[in-house]
Amino acid sequence: MLKVAVKGLASRRLRAVLTALAIVLGVALVAGTYVLTDSLHSDLGSVYQTIYKNTAASITGRNAIDKSANAANGGSVPSFSQSLLARVRRLPGVSEAAGGVSGTAQLVLGGKTVSFGSSPTLGYSVDPSAPQLSSLKLISGHWPGATELVVDTHTASKKHLKVGQLIGVQADGPALHLKISGIVKFGSASSLGGTTLTGFTLATAQRLFAKPGQLDSINVAAKSGTSPQQLVDEIKPILPRDAQVRTGAQQAQTDTNSLDSSLGFLNTLLLAFAGIALFVGAFVIANSLSITIAQRTREFATLRTLGASRRQVLRSVLAESLIVGVLASIVGLVVGIFLAKGLFALFNAVGLSLPNGGTVLKSRTIIVSLVVGIVVTMLASLRPALRATRVEPIAAVREGATLPPGRFARFRTAGSTVVIVLGFLAIVLGLFVAHGTGPVLGLMGAGAILVFIGLSMLSARFVPGMALWIGWPATVVAGTMGRLARDNAMRNPQRTASTASALMIGLALVTLVSIMAAGIISNFKGAVNAQFGGDYAIVAQNNFSPIPISAGAAAARAPGVIAVGDVRGGEDKVFGSTDNLTGVNAGVAQTITSNWVHGSQRTFATLGSSGAIVDKSFAKKHHLSIGSPVTILTPTGGRATFHIDGIFNPPNGNSAFGSVTISATRFDQLYPQPQNIFSIVKMRGGQTPANRAALRRALAGFPGAKVQTRQQFINGQISGLSSVLNILYVLLGLSIIISLFGIVNTLVLSVFERTREIGMLRAVGTSRRQIRRMIRQESVITALIGSVLGIVLGIAFGALLAARVSQISFTLPVGRLIVFLIASWIVGLLAAIFPARRASKLSPLEALAYE
Amino acid sequence: MRRVWSRGVAVEQEQSRQTGSGAALTATGVTRRYGAGDTTVTALDDVSVEIERDRLTAVMGPSGSGKSTLMHILAGLDTPTEGSVKIDGIEITTLSDNELTKLRRDHIGFVFQFFNLLPMLTAEENMLLPLSIAGREPDRDWMNTVIDETGLRDRLSHRPSELSGGQQQRVAVARALLSRPTVLFADEPTGNLDSAASEEVLKLLRRAVDTAGQTVVMVTHDAHAAAIADRILFLSDGRIVRDLPAASEDQIIEAMKTLGA
Repeated sequence: MLKVAVKGLASRRLRAVLTALAIVLGVALVAGTYVLTDSLHSDLGSVYQTIYKNTAASITGRNAIDKSANAANGGSVPSFSQSLLARVRRLPGVSEAAGGVSGTAQLVLGGKTVSFGSSPTLGYSVDPSAPQLSSLKLISGHWPGATELVVDTHTASKKHLKVGQLIGVQADGPALHLKISGIVKFGSASSLGGTTLTGFTLATAQRLFAKPGQLDSINVAAKSGTSPQQLVDEIKPILPRDAQVRTGAQQAQTDTNSLDSSLGFLNTLLLAFAGIALFVGAFVIANSLSITIAQRTREFATLRTLGASRRQVLRSVLAESLIVGVLASIVGLVVGIFLAKGLFALFNAVGLSLPNGGTVLKSRTIIVSLVVGIVVTMLASLRPALRATRVEPIAAVREGATLPPGRFARFRTAGSTVVIVLGFLAIVLGLFVAHGTGPVLGLMGAGAILVFIGLSMLSARFVPGMALWIGWPATVVAGTMGRLARDNAMRNPQRTASTASALMIGLALVTLVSIMAAGIISNFKGAVNAQFGGDYAIVAQNNFSPIPISAGAAAARAPGVIAVGDVRGGEDKVFGSTDNLTGVNAGVAQTITSNWVHGSQRTFATLGSSGAIVDKSFAKKHHLSIGSPVTILTPTGGRATFHIDGIFNPPNGNSAFGSVTISATRFDQLYPQPQNIFSIVKMRGGQTPANRAALRRALAGFPGAKVQTRQQFINGQISGLSSVLNILYVLLGLSIIISLFGIVNTLVLSVFERTREIGMLRAVGTSRRQIRRMIRQESVITALIGSVLGIVLGIAFGALLAARVSQISFTLPVGRLIVFLIASWIVGLLAAIFPARRASKLSPLEALAYE
Repeated sequence: MRRVWSRGVAVEQEQSRQTGSGAALTATGVTRRYGAGDTTVTALDDVSVEIERDRLTAVMGPSGSGKSTLMHILAGLDTPTEGSVKIDGIEITTLSDNELTKLRRDHIGFVFQFFNLLPMLTAEENMLLPLSIAGREPDRDWMNTVIDETGLRDRLSHRPSELSGGQQQRVAVARALLSRPTVLFADEPTGNLDSAASEEVLKLLRRAVDTAGQTVVMVTHDAHAAAIADRILFLSDGRIVRDLPAASEDQIIEAMKTLGA
């Protein structure tokens, strides 16, 4: 029997390959994801190990809010007093200790900041007397002196920087002009993607990062005979409250762990899309297999008359699937390795550069890819295989015998309706009732899967009706051939429905994503328009980095300025959860319009040292009213209590501020390195070229900052979203390609099945062109049925999501949806190319002789 | 070779002695109705018949006479509405699917009008398929005998698509003979063949009965084919209307005419 399975598969090679493609792509995405994140991990992970090679103990600031906060994952870690360094050096077990500060520092070349996409620009201090304790390794030149800096090799070669050249650097204060003294690299990293690295003396770095007399870290080397743990025990008693100490190995591990959590997110995101691709792939396989098995009814019946048991038939079909699954998974794994490179390119293309070291293929990747591919194939083939066992032996002696309906066929309508209702119920539960990311996403995912499965079963009912009106243009354009195409699409509704369903899934998700994006954008625009009470905004070049508070002060000195509203931002802990705190200066009263429940615009200017503003939902959640006390905890461990002076109602939950807003003066006392998130400027005469030029001149010393109009501000803020959106579209595109293969598959099988019929059409005078046209129209009708179902479903999902999430207002991106329909029409045309060619090549004679 | 072929006969005869009955197959009061209510069609109406061992029985009748239904029921492919069918003493109308599978492996061979060979297997693999499904080893001597009788030794590695219709049907007959079934059912075995090919297949079936003692039931509407039979049953409107011993083609045509077919 196994021989029958193997030989049968070999004789249906084309069909097997078409079926397998669906799994190949899904597995490739799984494998590609692992290879990508493993490669990133091995490249970056090894970096940290080498950085701390000579460091026995590492002292860092301690975030009072978030103990796990770490500079390596962009978490905010407070600085501590430089005086600790001298005390550490005096300890008996210490041979050397190097204090350092670090932060975001942008190189400025010809008045423009140097950056690669939205990659980080990191600056470090280096202690030339103890370079072995530094993160940076010198490649050429020498360590920097008081007016010098070092830059990384990637940036140097990309921007043609030479040792001895003068270059501008900007961090948290005004820009400095320094001479390049040397070229460095980060630990042992071959590349950190587009990351820009700079190194300075401690004094220069403290000036740049506005941390006078402060340190972010002290790396300590032990005297021989002192173990790292002994050193840590020695250091602990002299540490201030806002600092902590770890052994070098622990610190390396901590840094690696924070890296792991960010990579983990990327991994999960990509695997989710791989899951979607595999789910669509499962539909394609199940459908192709169902058709193939229906066509082999006679063969199964013959095997049964020759003494094969049902179990043997089942095993034979499953054996075929196993072979297909194994081969497809292996091919998928290989494709995945190449796909990983493609993903690197994809992220680079949308401006999210990733460091690209060697390709890492772990045994886990191989095992997971193979297991997932094989299991999905087997699961998808289970139902068709069970149906094959239901073939009665008597079908062997009946001409034109068809596959008997499944045991539960008569419950199909009721059953699939129940499944759809359950699915929507799970989504609603996830959205409106469940708490926590896990249960919410789990319920929504499970719900979506149920809806997809249910709808694919139920949609056979709408297929004839839908084909009738979707196929109508075909009958007009292609005449008789169009009518035949429409009839062909209608005559096996379940087959058309299953084929269309695969495309439906991809389109539903693409529609959902575009509705979400449109909702977020329109909501955000509305919110900015309602609150933006000035003429210009000052933001960072990359739209999201904080800017020095001196930039706001410089803008205020520009001629024609009426008011500059500065909004500071920082992390805090309030009512037990980590949140964002904002600080506002008096200028905000004239530049940011709020919708007040209690208080007025004047409240911004009169907050003083103990006043605070909160938004309505925050006040409601914590039962706050005017005069209620609010206590916040800052990352440096500072605790302060405020009284509510004002409550406002932000438009659609899109507030310009954090949950709690205090005066900028008080903010600057609580946060050691205060920075603005943005400033809004109001000018005499409003938006004029002269005003803009005046502001630009005032900000000449801050190349990291830029001046934007309201519209530019909106576009700048949502530009990050477009990058994310483009990645999502590309990843979902893979699912749509898989469903395209599904259509190809169904058409090839249908053509095969209708060989006689096509021969007859040819014999009565149909041209090859007409045959091609017929197949093409059938393909387009199938694709459009899938896309209409998908778009409708996506709109339903989007409406549910918009009903729950206040930051999304339900907006129909009509233009996008039309683009999706046109794209589906093209998918239909592409899918038809190969099957149509095959059909048109059948000669009338051959077709009629076919048995 | 002749000697080995005869040995096959010895085995068959021994088996029949063991069961101690002259009839390989007994049908009693078999009725088959399709549909329900007003649309009920009675395909077989209280048919009783005994099929003797070592003989070739032809079942004839016009289209719709019930001859195919009778064969399907005798072979366990269909279940009668009423009545009993016994093969080798085993009541088959009440068997479960698994028991029917075992019955097919041990007692039943099929030859189909459209050959029903698996296109991806060679002639030899097709012949051996029932044995390999049952997980049995072929009796090499018997296999050689059958292959020689079919005259297909030089075609064994060919696939069905490379064989003529007659050759394909001879492979199908060989496939049915190899497991030495109690009854070999042939459903219009010449229905899809030209006269020369028909002749070869019919000879093969006849020789299987004569020299190997194979019991054969053949449904046909071809008087020429029925002429090789030891006994000819005529069906009309679901009943056996005539039961002739061996007859010539002309006699059979004559008998058919009296049935109004």
